Amino acid sequence: MLEGKAFKFGDNISTDHITPGRYFHLRGDIEKLAEHTLEDADETFASRVSEGDFVVAGNNFGLGSSREHAPRVIKQCGVATILAESFARIFYRNAINIGLPVIECDTSQIEDGDRIQVDLDEGKVRVPEKQIEVSFTPFPDFMKELLADGGLSAHLQKNKGFKIGGSSDGP
Amino acid sequence: MGKTLSEKIISSHCGKEVTPGELVIANIDGALVQDGTGPLSVEELRKANMVMAAVPDRTVLFLDHASPSPRKELSNAHIILRNFARETGVILSEIGDGVCHQRIVEDYARPGDLIVGADSHTVTAGALGAFATGMGSSDVGFAMALGKVWLKIPEAFRVELTGSLSEAVYSKDVILHLIGSITADGATYNALEFTGPGATALSMSDRMTISNMAVEAGAKVGLFESDDSTREYLEEMSRGQDWKRMAPDPDASYQRTIELDLGTVEPTVSCPHTVDNTSPASELGEVEIDQAVVGTCTNGRIEDLRVAASLLRRRKVSDQVRLLVVPASRRVYLEALREGLLETFVESNGTVLPPGCGPCVGVHQGVLGDGETCISTQNRNFHGRMGNPKGSIYLGSPATVAASALTGRITDPREV
Repeated sequence: MLEGKAFKFGDNISTDHITPGRYFHLRGDIEKLAEHTLEDADETFASRVSEGDFVVAGNNFGLGSSREHAPRVIKQCGVATILAESFARIFYRNAINIGLPVIECDTSQIEDGDRIQVDLDEGKVRVPEKQIEVSFTPFPDFMKELLADGGLSAHLQKNKGFKIGGSSDGP
Repeated sequence: MGKTLSEKIISSHCGKEVTPGELVIANIDGALVQDGTGPLSVEELRKANMVMAAVPDRTVLFLDHASPSPRKELSNAHIILRNFARETGVILSEIGDGVCHQRIVEDYARPGDLIVGADSHTVTAGALGAFATGMGSSDVGFAMALGKVWLKIPEAFRVELTGSLSEAVYSKDVILHLIGSITADGATYNALEFTGPGATALSMSDRMTISNMAVEAGAKVGLFESDDSTREYLEEMSRGQDWKRMAPDPDASYQRTIELDLGTVEPTVSCPHTVDNTSPASELGEVEIDQAVVGTCTNGRIEDLRVAASLLRRRKVSDQVRLLVVPASRRVYLEALREGLLETFVESNGTVLPPGCGPCVGVHQGVLGDGETCISTQNRNFHGRMGNPKGSIYLGSPATVAASALTGRITDPREV
């Protein structure tokens, strides 16, 4: 069970909001780059977020560029999980590939600053103080395995190639 | 039941007949990374002790986003890619060679290919009938090393184009109009497959502009059938042998069909700060601009430069406006040079930049100042995209951008 504070964002938070192009030159230094996480959506986010907190958003989170630095800087800030109504495709893939769980669920009742609990196995998000409980579909087996292994690189090294549904497909 | 073009291509790359929703491991024909995403791919491969390439003659590392490099950190990122190319034998596309997506359609992509790229606009090669899609640094890095990638089979939308474009209307207007109507996440996870007599009549350059922006509706791929125009284009690129016909089965099943009569499309612009915030250029009212950009992987081809030059010839851009022109590749640059187009741009008081991504990513070559407004032929107008969150970006066709550069305000090209 994960527990932390919600940082609420709106719809269409792009990879340019998450890690702006003007910090392109910092991509080789993820710690420095992470100081600017979500800067163009909320200038104070990186200085306020703590280990185990959650990013909560509306529709189409992470649209835009393929830059994997976007989920990486969010993870670097200590964020445990991103919850959104929906995610852009590449961002979703990238997050799973780096071992950051991303959850599609109804986020409309969650407000900025709420203390929330997330149970990944059970597929539940709760706001205990408000007696809110929201369900989500747990990850398919392959993604569960990628996350459990710690991301794509670890998965490929552990299984000597890809493994889907019990069958392995080596290099 | 028949297969969509997406299903056909992926099926032929994973040794079985696929259906939407299924997860497969597929073999790739080619891969690309660029200077913003590639160094992370290389770092991941080095950490995993997998410094190798499965298809080195079709794996390309592009130095295009910061090109030439404006800072030492980015020069060092270029060194990482140059060294990796030397070690593994993959291809390096140097400063001045051009934007990855343009070079991929000119020199590498073939109808029926499965191509992955660490850049969201990898979808451009869908114009040739290649299943080309964008992913992150890890995905593409390991795909380069192993020749394989995990894929979820997408549902497809069939986009049936009929009619023909009106005067001063271009394929850029078509795709902006379409994204305006289906919204920026209207096709998330889906494949867009363009078909119909309107699609057949579009030039390859037109198709590339449309495929390039499929991702701005959230799509995984923007596919055109490979037909006689595709063959002629590949012959022009001295790659006639790479052609084969590709089309979906006539009884393929689509999640949705969208019909669009090209004749109904007007010069269209996307307003700040999302691509789906569209309006006909004529209905926009007075929007003054500070900068106008013609180029990028969306509209930096010779056809685009010809359109812009035809409006700018023997005229000067407004003294309120900086006009920047960025040919998409060395090939385009040379053609524009030989045709006298670059002379036209320079005489009209424009600035010609070297082939590459130019100012589109906000790294260099035209970063906006506070409160400034730009109209560009690029594909994104997100908050902060051109290097400054206090800037505003409008998107339009090369004709709309050139017309706006002349008047100093966003202008329907039929007005000038």
